[in-house]
Amino acid sequence: MGLSVKILSLMVLLAPLVGGVISGVFGRRLRPRGAHFVTITGVLISFFSSLYLSYLFFFDYAVTQSFPLYLWATSGPYHFMIGLLIDSLTVSMMLTVTFVSLFVHMYSIGYMKGDDSEPRFFSYMSLFTFAMLCLVMADDFILLFFGWEGVGLISYLLIGFWYQKDAAVVGGFKAFIVNRVGDIGFLLAIACAIIYFGSTSYTDVFAQLAYKSSEMIRLGPGLSASLMTVMTVLLFIGAAAKSAQVPLHVWLPESMEGPTPISALIHAATMVTAGVFMLCRLSPLLDYSPITLSIILVIGALTALLMGLVALVQCDIKRVIAYSTLSQLGYMMMGVGSMAYQTGLFHLFTHACFKALLFLAAGSVIIGMHHEQDMRRMGGLWKRMPITWLTFLIGALALTAVPPFSGFYSKESIIEAVHHSSVTGASFAYVCALIGAFVTALYTFRAFLMTFHGQPRFDEKHQVIQESPWVMLFPLVILALPSVGLGLLLVHLGVEEVSSFHLTELSPAFIGIMCAFYFYRIHPSAADRAKRYFGLFYQLLLGQYGFNEINAIIFVSGIRRLGQFAYRVVDTVWIEKYTIQRISHYFLNISHFIRGKHSGSLGYYALCMLGGVFILIASVCLGI
Amino acid sequence: MYSHFPLLSVLIFWPMLAGIGLLFIKASFPVQYVKKWAILASLAELIFCIPLYQHFDLTTYEMQFRETHAWLPMFDIQYALGIDGISLALILLTALTTFVVVVASCQLVKKNIAQYMAAFLIAQAMMIGVFSSLDAILFYVFWEAMLIPMYLSIGIWGDQQRSRAAVKFFMMMFLGSIFMLIAILYLHSVTHTFEIEKFYDVALPVSTQLWLFAAFFIAFAIKLPLWPLHSWLLDVHTESPAGGSVVLAGLMLKIGIYGFVRFSMPILPVANKIMAPLMIVLGLIAIIYVGIMAIVQHDLKKLIAYSSIAHMGFAVLGCFMVYSIIHFTGDHFEAYMSFEGAVVQMISHAFNTGGLFLAVSMLQYWTGSRDARDLSGLAKTMPVFAVFFYDFCIIECWFAWYFGFCW
Repeated sequence: MGLSVKILSLMVLLAPLVGGVISGVFGRRLRPRGAHFVTITGVLISFFSSLYLSYLFFFDYAVTQSFPLYLWATSGPYHFMIGLLIDSLTVSMMLTVTFVSLFVHMYSIGYMKGDDSEPRFFSYMSLFTFAMLCLVMADDFILLFFGWEGVGLISYLLIGFWYQKDAAVVGGFKAFIVNRVGDIGFLLAIACAIIYFGSTSYTDVFAQLAYKSSEMIRLGPGLSASLMTVMTVLLFIGAAAKSAQVPLHVWLPESMEGPTPISALIHAATMVTAGVFMLCRLSPLLDYSPITLSIILVIGALTALLMGLVALVQCDIKRVIAYSTLSQLGYMMMGVGSMAYQTGLFHLFTHACFKALLFLAAGSVIIGMHHEQDMRRMGGLWKRMPITWLTFLIGALALTAVPPFSGFYSKESIIEAVHHSSVTGASFAYVCALIGAFVTALYTFRAFLMTFHGQPRFDEKHQVIQESPWVMLFPLVILALPSVGLGLLLVHLGVEEVSSFHLTELSPAFIGIMCAFYFYRIHPSAADRAKRYFGLFYQLLLGQYGFNEINAIIFVSGIRRLGQFAYRVVDTVWIEKYTIQRISHYFLNISHFIRGKHSGSLGYYALCMLGGVFILIASVCLGI
Repeated sequence: MYSHFPLLSVLIFWPMLAGIGLLFIKASFPVQYVKKWAILASLAELIFCIPLYQHFDLTTYEMQFRETHAWLPMFDIQYALGIDGISLALILLTALTTFVVVVASCQLVKKNIAQYMAAFLIAQAMMIGVFSSLDAILFYVFWEAMLIPMYLSIGIWGDQQRSRAAVKFFMMMFLGSIFMLIAILYLHSVTHTFEIEKFYDVALPVSTQLWLFAAFFIAFAIKLPLWPLHSWLLDVHTESPAGGSVVLAGLMLKIGIYGFVRFSMPILPVANKIMAPLMIVLGLIAIIYVGIMAIVQHDLKKLIAYSSIAHMGFAVLGCFMVYSIIHFTGDHFEAYMSFEGAVVQMISHAFNTGGLFLAVSMLQYWTGSRDARDLSGLAKTMPVFAVFFYDFCIIECWFAWYFGFCW
């Protein structure tokens, strides 16, 4: 065996941390090259350790291991141990995270070239990798939550990386706030675990599931729900914010203001899938709550369909991919909701590869076009950027779920699982999933054709468009490999069952691709006609169903108004002016009154004294 | 076990003497010696805390490091000191915060620096006195004496409206103290002693308890400050110098909580239990209502001031939820946890709010403005500062860490 699993997993976990800290602290002295070296070495160590670990788990049949690291806190009878749990699920997540992270690091050398805070960027990315690994390797809610918050924080920092751009700062802020909403749910779920299970460790919680499952919680007068339902719904709120499910999805499109490698690493491959991962990790809890499963299934289906439709009308290449990420996350949630956790995870892995690939290819286009992101000003790029074109095509085919690309196996198995699921709402989800598959193909190939084919719509004379450097292309090529073959490989290894080819599930994708060709290659005018024909619907999609407006009206300006009212009226006027200042005025008036009596006239004093003496004598005489 | 060395007295009198010494030096004395002296004095104080921590016995809830001397025997007043876990934590916090304030003030203060340092050293002495007295009158003396250096620091080194803020601060504080004094004197008339621990054994009728609770409530709620008695805090924070804000937010607000824990809760158990729902509601108002007000502030100092009211709301919530948790679930462990959460909240708030106030004061010193609308793109020119500023803000956001467990 050589290295023990514990040492290996600690290496996986800590190497990016060390790299990130060094690059962050000594960034100025290291210069960009030093920062590249340090962080990439860290992630490389991490990647190879997880590779070896996965060899141990998948070929050498290592057993699930959990080991405590240290005691974080004790409070009364509760001991909060921090520990790692290494099983095949963890290992596959570790491998995915470190794999994508490694190549995104490498790609960023090219993408971020010339930016004056490169060390900061690389430091954040390594720290992000560390936080994400904490999240996946955790053995308890505490470390899970630490990683959860850590990835959220670094996502915020990286979205706002170009802090000179107002939109970037606002996008980061939005991501942070929406994620806080989910964190409240997650925190309350952890509180439930402590109160009802007396522990934050997964093992302890799962062990008590059987006899805690019938426990009821009183939520309010005349309203009660089973413990499992409450807890899983709270967990799902957390997962929905992190994995950007309707209606907490609003932050993900805004997050595209960050640098593109970040969109690939954080907002496609790893962080946004944390919610799905968390639900799968805690799936024994979900099994006890059919209500939550239905909620997850329906929300996932809605996200998959609605967000896919929005992607149809976007013109920014990154936003198309962002909405497609939302839609694919919806598919993963559907997998979880139909109790086929395996399929959700399978899609998570394949999606991580092909979506990172798509984002990086889009980044390559953006760099090639000199930071132009609008697809209406692209076109005909395939001749100029052949490798980017090819890798984008592979990513697109995988996303569209064309056999034998990896996306086909995973999406196919999700749709199958939803089809055969007995969870309430499954038939609705099945319809959504099929329409969603069609929509996916349509928007993917729309973006592909608009970007790479047709007449160039940019100023050819003044712009030199050329292929990106190899340091960017190499990660694309590497990521293209699993996008093609991961599904096939896993099926071959027997990790996944072989899916049969169902015509109902395959045809939407092909029809979608054909429609895209019809609208954007053969009959470009048909697209405009369709736009006019479905005018209202088109506007609805452009406005993204008004989620942003609703948030702006209810939450943003509502709370601001409330705050202004509280500050300007209640605090400044009622409390300050009418109460405190009035009291001080009373005292002032009293002293003014008394001061008036101290006039200095002796006659007046004598009169008062005389009066006082009379009253005194009178009271003594009367015996009061 | 217990060292007989009067460590607590040293901790109180060392900064006091060091501060008084600073008051007597001539104006022509070189400034850099004044700065060095102040830094050394506060560093020494910090070092004196090390044996305090080392010899503290964590396994017992008894008072430790006791010192008892007769002071005014004809009035039953003693000079009695002693600490338990909460006092220990707060004393360490005081020593550390004062050190930081002294170091930071070397840069930020230009005028009358010797007197400024003296004010903070004396304030530190008084606060450590408050946290370690076991005699009610001694407690009261320290409590009042603390106001003098704070009042002066706001009134002399503050912004334009400083004298108004200083007077308001003093008046509000004094109003509270008077009620506390009445309550203490009443307790003395019942028990014929001023020892705080003897007060714990008295069983008072419920109506009396409620009256006493009202008196203590006014004193401590103003200090905290609880809504709606919070209006002084904003004026004071916006007007006071950097060190003033840090000490005020980091330490003085905690004295309110400390007062509840040391006096109100153990002496008046029934009244506190009856009033717990009220306190919880006030805590929640502080968190939500004041939090919403913080959102609309442009002045960074006001924003932080409001957020510290909200944080103190959490601490109050944690303390008083103990009663409702025991009432509803009977689970003492969770109650214990809630209380522990309140204490942790208190300590962490001192660090991050103190840090934020210092940071904003530096911003004001360098840029001349602390209005969020005027400031942007500072990370470019001040990267290290920006990192720390982020840190404090983030810590501020993570207050929920511990509190998720309370409920």
